[in-house]
Amino acid sequence: MSFDFGVIAGNWRFLLLQGLLGLGAFGGGTLALALPAIVLGFGVGILVALARLSRFQVLYYPASLYVQVIRGVPLVMVIFWFWFFIPIALGIALSQYGVALIAFVVFEAAYLGEIIRAGIQSVPRGQVEAGRATGLGYRAVMGDIVLPQALRNMLPSLVTQFIILVKDTSLASIVGYMDLTKAAQTVNQREIRPFELYLFIALVYWILTFGMSRLSRALERRLRPDQPVRALATDRIAGPARPPGGRET
Amino acid sequence: MTLLLALQYQFEWSVLWTAPYGRWLLQGIVTTLEISALAWLLAAALGGLFGAFRTMSGLGPRGLAAAYVEFFRNVPLLVWMFFWYFGVPQVLPATAQDWLNRHGGEFVAAVVALGVYHGARLAEVVRAGIQSVPPTQLEAALSTGLTVGQAYRRVLVPIAVRLIVPPLTNESLNLLKNSSLALTISVTEVTFMTRQIEAYTAKGFEAITAGTLIYLGLCLVVAAVMSRVERRLAIPGLVVRTEGAEH
Repeated sequence: MSFDFGVIAGNWRFLLLQGLLGLGAFGGGTLALALPAIVLGFGVGILVALARLSRFQVLYYPASLYVQVIRGVPLVMVIFWFWFFIPIALGIALSQYGVALIAFVVFEAAYLGEIIRAGIQSVPRGQVEAGRATGLGYRAVMGDIVLPQALRNMLPSLVTQFIILVKDTSLASIVGYMDLTKAAQTVNQREIRPFELYLFIALVYWILTFGMSRLSRALERRLRPDQPVRALATDRIAGPARPPGGRET
Repeated sequence: MTLLLALQYQFEWSVLWTAPYGRWLLQGIVTTLEISALAWLLAAALGGLFGAFRTMSGLGPRGLAAAYVEFFRNVPLLVWMFFWYFGVPQVLPATAQDWLNRHGGEFVAAVVALGVYHGARLAEVVRAGIQSVPPTQLEAALSTGLTVGQAYRRVLVPIAVRLIVPPLTNESLNLLKNSSLALTISVTEVTFMTRQIEAYTAKGFEAITAGTLIYLGLCLVVAAVMSRVERRLAIPGLVVRTEGAEH
């Protein structure tokens, strides 16, 4: 048994600049996939959640079927499925990046949608009724009253899912996308030091996800439930006064 | 990359049941269930042990458990697959390497990677379950004259187990689905077999669709079994809150 961590010293630039950030001849990059997937997945997830809460059956049933099917299938299968399906359906072949991004958004939106749905349902019904009573429409009630409060309630599970998403992007390497994992595989083909290389990228992923969980903890503290919603409101209409009786639980 | 035009693609679903591809899929299902079952046992053992450690007052066991959980849970399973399959044998003695080469090292690595990764996640489930038992339950048990050991055995554990079952179902399904990553170290499970069928027949869409449906079916079976377990354990009148613990 012999360790040679010199392999990290010699290749950290390739691993981090190319694999993590995508700054290199191969393009790619873990973050270049993770960040758009988080933003798009969250957007689609909101639509999925609204459809799952809708009284219109044409929205409810397809959305529910989509969520149930996706949650019963491994992500690798979803990636492979789109890999073969997109050329058949559209007649064009997308890049690894395109396929991976579509698969991630479709896969994560199902999970994010359920988190968002639970968050919306955690907002007391009286809030909606009060909003409607003051004459606001569906969009104003959802956008200005329900979603800001829901966001605060679902923040912990949301961040957990984002962390899972960042880890999941490693699967894009299976279809050849040049991310951190693929970069390590590429270096390993030349150096044959798998123990050191995979341990190193494990550490990089760990720093990434640990950083995210710390960030979310700080965010949660700022949005503590005992603070009124003003923490998220764009302007302080309500002022610093706390609502009488505090928060319903 | 081959460019398949939309309407030119000829669907050929029959490849799924022509020899030998149908048998490959069945073999894949058996292997998937084998890795998942063995990894589940390993994960349950590690999760139970370290989950209990995390609720202890001693700094040693708690720190050890925290380190295990935080490190193994926060790194992609795929990286762990490569680490256990390619990396660890590199530091093992030559005799152990030979043994692994002869006895299916990829299968062992897949079981260990899955088991250790999900063990870290199960430890959190177990910890959350133990910590959601209201302390008043223990106080009540102690005030009726039970010893600490009896109170743990007869009050805390039975309640905690019931709290743990729903998130355990989630984790068991995750483990089953995550076993698909064993394809990357060429374990012949369902995903690997569908890729093989694609390589031999170029009917990738059909093969992957079949694989997708197989996982859906397996997940339905596991969910049904776990919900039976949940009903068997239910105590009439005892309302069990099922919350969180879904990491």
